[in-house]
Amino acid sequence: MSTTGTKTSGDTNTVTDAAGSLSTHHDPRAPVSIHDMTVAYHRKPVLWDIDYAATEGRLVGIVGPNGAGKSTLIKASLDLIPKASGSVRIYGKPYKKQRKLVGYVPQRESIDWDFPASAVDVVTMGLYGRMSWWLPPRKHHKEQALHALEQVGMADLAHRQISKLSGGQQQRVFLARALVQDASIYFMDEPFAGVDAATESAIVALLNELKARGKTVLVVHHDLQTVREYFDDVLLLNMRVVACGPTKDVFTHENLQKTYGGKLTLLVEAAEAIARSVRGGP
Amino acid sequence: MIRHVWALAGVLASTAAAMALAIIVVDEETRQILTLREYNTRIVVLGTTLLGAAAGLIGTFMYLRKRAMIGDALSHATLPGIAIAFLFVGDKQIGPMLLGAAISGVIGVLAVIGLRSIPRIKEDAAIGIVLSVFFGIGLMFVKIAQQTHTGNQAGLDRFIYGTTAGMIKQDAQWIGATALIVLLGVIFLFKEFRLICFDQQFASSQGRSVLLIDLLMMAMVVLTTVVGLQAVGLILVVALLIIPAAAARFWTDDLTLMTLLAGAFGSISGFAGAIVSARFVNLPTGAVIVLAAGCVFAFSMLLAPHRGMTGTLLRRVGLSRRIGYQNVLRALCEMEEEFGEGIRVGRTSLLEMRSWTGSTLNRLIRRAVRRGDAIAGPDNRVGLTRSGRIEAQRVLRNHRLWELYLIRHADVAPSHVDRDADLVEHVLPPETIRELEHALAETTQIPPSPHAQGAVP
Amino acid sequence: MTWTLGDTYVVIIGAMSASACALLGNYLVLRKMSLMGDAISHAVLPGLVAAFLITNSRGVGAMFVGAVIVGLITAVFTQAISKFGRVEEGAAMGVVFTILFAGGLIMIRQQADHVDLDPQCVLFGNIETFYSDALIGTIPQAGVNLAVVLLLDALFVMLLYKQLKITTFDPGLATSVGIRADIMHYALMIMVALTAVASFEAVGSILVIAMLIVPAVAAHLLTDRLPVMILLSVTIACIAALAARVYNVYAPGVFGSGIQADTSAVMAVATGILLVGAIILAPERGLLSQALQRIRLALRIVQEDILGLLYRQSESRRTGSPTSEAEALLGNAVRGLVARWAVYRLRARRLVKVDHTGSGQVALALTDKGEARAARLVRSHRLWESYLAQHSDLPLDHLHMPAERVEHYISPEMVDRIREDLPEVDLDPHGREIPPPDAES
Repeated sequence: MSTTGTKTSGDTNTVTDAAGSLSTHHDPRAPVSIHDMTVAYHRKPVLWDIDYAATEGRLVGIVGPNGAGKSTLIKASLDLIPKASGSVRIYGKPYKKQRKLVGYVPQRESIDWDFPASAVDVVTMGLYGRMSWWLPPRKHHKEQALHALEQVGMADLAHRQISKLSGGQQQRVFLARALVQDASIYFMDEPFAGVDAATESAIVALLNELKARGKTVLVVHHDLQTVREYFDDVLLLNMRVVACGPTKDVFTHENLQKTYGGKLTLLVEAAEAIARSVRGGP
Repeated sequence: MIRHVWALAGVLASTAAAMALAIIVVDEETRQILTLREYNTRIVVLGTTLLGAAAGLIGTFMYLRKRAMIGDALSHATLPGIAIAFLFVGDKQIGPMLLGAAISGVIGVLAVIGLRSIPRIKEDAAIGIVLSVFFGIGLMFVKIAQQTHTGNQAGLDRFIYGTTAGMIKQDAQWIGATALIVLLGVIFLFKEFRLICFDQQFASSQGRSVLLIDLLMMAMVVLTTVVGLQAVGLILVVALLIIPAAAARFWTDDLTLMTLLAGAFGSISGFAGAIVSARFVNLPTGAVIVLAAGCVFAFSMLLAPHRGMTGTLLRRVGLSRRIGYQNVLRALCEMEEEFGEGIRVGRTSLLEMRSWTGSTLNRLIRRAVRRGDAIAGPDNRVGLTRSGRIEAQRVLRNHRLWELYLIRHADVAPSHVDRDADLVEHVLPPETIRELEHALAETTQIPPSPHAQGAVP
Repeated sequence: MTWTLGDTYVVIIGAMSASACALLGNYLVLRKMSLMGDAISHAVLPGLVAAFLITNSRGVGAMFVGAVIVGLITAVFTQAISKFGRVEEGAAMGVVFTILFAGGLIMIRQQADHVDLDPQCVLFGNIETFYSDALIGTIPQAGVNLAVVLLLDALFVMLLYKQLKITTFDPGLATSVGIRADIMHYALMIMVALTAVASFEAVGSILVIAMLIVPAVAAHLLTDRLPVMILLSVTIACIAALAARVYNVYAPGVFGSGIQADTSAVMAVATGILLVGAIILAPERGLLSQALQRIRLALRIVQEDILGLLYRQSESRRTGSPTSEAEALLGNAVRGLVARWAVYRLRARRLVKVDHTGSGQVALALTDKGEARAARLVRSHRLWESYLAQHSDLPLDHLHMPAERVEHYISPEMVDRIREDLPEVDLDPHGREIPPPDAES
């Protein structure tokens, strides 16, 4: 650690160190620490040598171009796909032993929304882990679920069948479920994809609510313009970790160029402009 | 093309060799059958072999189009047509029954398509509904036919279970004609079939009528199924469409070769099934053919080098081992960069550099020592040998060039990077490599490795 | 023919078997694993035969053990082949169950002398032979088996309701709250195998698929709630069992005796007919109610179009611009049966009145109420056009059609939002005035 800490700024390693990362294998205090992870589909590596440790109580945006392995990172961390090498620890222990500490909000398309359930049913599912095996949900479970729906602004639609909700509303149901699940760490796969403005602000409010409760949230995110606004930390990913650490240090022109390639897209320029205005603003 | 011919020749030659061996070893009775001396045996063997070939050929495309189980709905849905034809004309003539089977089979497929379009009914449920309800309708008509006709049910039974015992020249001719049609269809529509199997949207954007191609494909499937009913029965005929194709898939990524292999596997299964069931009493031919196909499948799944289980498993283990080995060399090399050539590193500091367990590390070090890439001192410290250093530097350089490439060409990189398998030189153009090397030399601090260094040996 | 106690027996047995299947079928359908039901019901054949061969009896224990083993083999092999062999799951099932079924057929044929097992019966079921009037008073073994399995299925579905629901809806979530999705999968497969075995005498191993899948699919079309879906599927299954026997007892009297068929086959057909009924009659999603909705919408659109055209007509009279276009359109619109009905409705709602002109011609005109209503429609139409003109690069002459469609759907709130977005605009892109809000009040 000491040898790399002296490096000039802009260097990837410095930033990694700023996030309080790794010289020993896994920091037991880190909510999520990934060490040396390589994931390959068939023979082609999609993620290599990923080293990353999240800091507790922060909102982390996982950002990178298409095919950079963002969703793969989450899925491999949760043992949903096999790793070619490396290890992941949740508070210092393997995921298998810490399942209950981890909440996962999958991509909306991965669910069959024709399932005969109402919004409140789906939210109640987040509480199943804390109910007894045989008994049906109790009244206070339902109330908890309704309360969570209220928090995401879905109280009126609580009893509507889920296929009759709009995409944004479905996403909010998922988030309400994450809220009641009361995990310590959340992995969210593109919660902002294809949602309306109201949902977007509801999601942001919820992320901040989770943060206020001391949760750590890792969010796969596509929209570069909002990264600065939404996330405390950012993990720039393009098959390998390009940079990670506090957004203000890491989300720089140079790092974005490293992540997205030589030709800066319009979006990155726009993100830069926003970044400047945020820095210059009040 | 030559490659295909060779592969196919290999398959057929090994079958022929197995047969020759069998003929030499086995008893007189089997020899009689294998040499096809009896007219009846000749008919049956010819019929099932051709049927297997036809089903394998067209089954390939059904399989790749992920429609394998529609064949199951189709074959079960033939029963009402057979029973109704039986009701009106009796079991004397085969023609009307096959026609009835084809018509009601097509109606069944259309019903699957119709049901699937209804919201909340998924394809799997649509298939299940059609096959069971049509089968129920078929059974009702079978019963009614039995009550009105005094005729026996044997004629119907052979469609359900399949029997080759009564196969006559006419049946074999039907099958032969079907096989010919399927073969010609596959040859002349190969381009089109390939297109819609691979990318339906692209096909329609190319101005091809996907519907027409689909219909032609489906027509061949219906034809094969219907003539196959008598031989293997309507419950099992779907196996001939699926199993040879699935088995062929293990061997190759090449569609031409896969189609040829599926045809070969199908005909081998048909041939073997007919021979075995002719040799022993009380063996239903259809079931034996399916079991023969199952053996081919199991063999392919386990042993095919390309996508078979053993190959995949070996490659996966190999990949992990190679990554591990390279990691040891890299770790030692990085240490040398920092603390000077010839440094001996303690195992504990190596252990801290990466997420390997003690036993893995020990194994990797033992291998490195065995290969002469590393030396382990008595004090449990490890260092690189001269040859090991050259290898380690090569690995490290390759790795860093890839990393640099990822950084500098992030927009195009992900589709190119195959770090493990290839040296940079094999994938990237020389000018890119020169550029990267230049950049590598420019960085006084070595290009950032994602792993924190600094553990003191 | 008349109904006898034996017929009641048959109905009870049939209903028990169908209900047991339907209970589990709900989860097969929701998990998109209907074909697994197909595969397992075929694949239990060798398990049954092996059990008979080994124990030489129809004992419950042996049968159930055989079923569980074969059910597990099917599920495990299908998973293994699709995972390790990278074979698509449907095809993997096809490979596994055809091979197992072929093995079963060979075993039956080989052991035909030793086994008291009629393949006809195994495949197609044969309730009648087991439950004739002669057997009244005795309790047949198959009936006991079925009752036990039905009870087990009911307990399974009720006690593990939460676990089944969550692993079906979102296996990832289930895992993260500590419910093992894979264990539930195998448990369900074992129960399906058990049920298929217990049902084979009643409905046979192929028609069992109809009982597993069809009632559940029909129930899914009829409701949005899982408990209701489960109850409905069981009801549908029981109706099918009753209807099948009723048909067999009474149909020969009507159509002649040749029409009688196996009860199990008629049951499968009956579930099919009930499914078609559900497809047509389901609330909201049914073909009938969708057709009605479409007709209602079409009628509303025609009415609104007439209102809009009348408004434009009177507008062009006011401003003195040529009226020919609007009139021609109106002339087209009010011809035909649908339009006549629309005019009738508009008059009944007092939105339109009929003026008799001197030459005996009949002309339509808006009432005051109609005027206000029409103004609102035209307002949203023109605002929408303006909005599109502002926010997209569509050429102006392409604007009319999208706006025409949208005006029938956008809500007053949305119109207000558009207005907020375009505070300065008074004329639409064609240069016509946008009517002010709520001329009505």
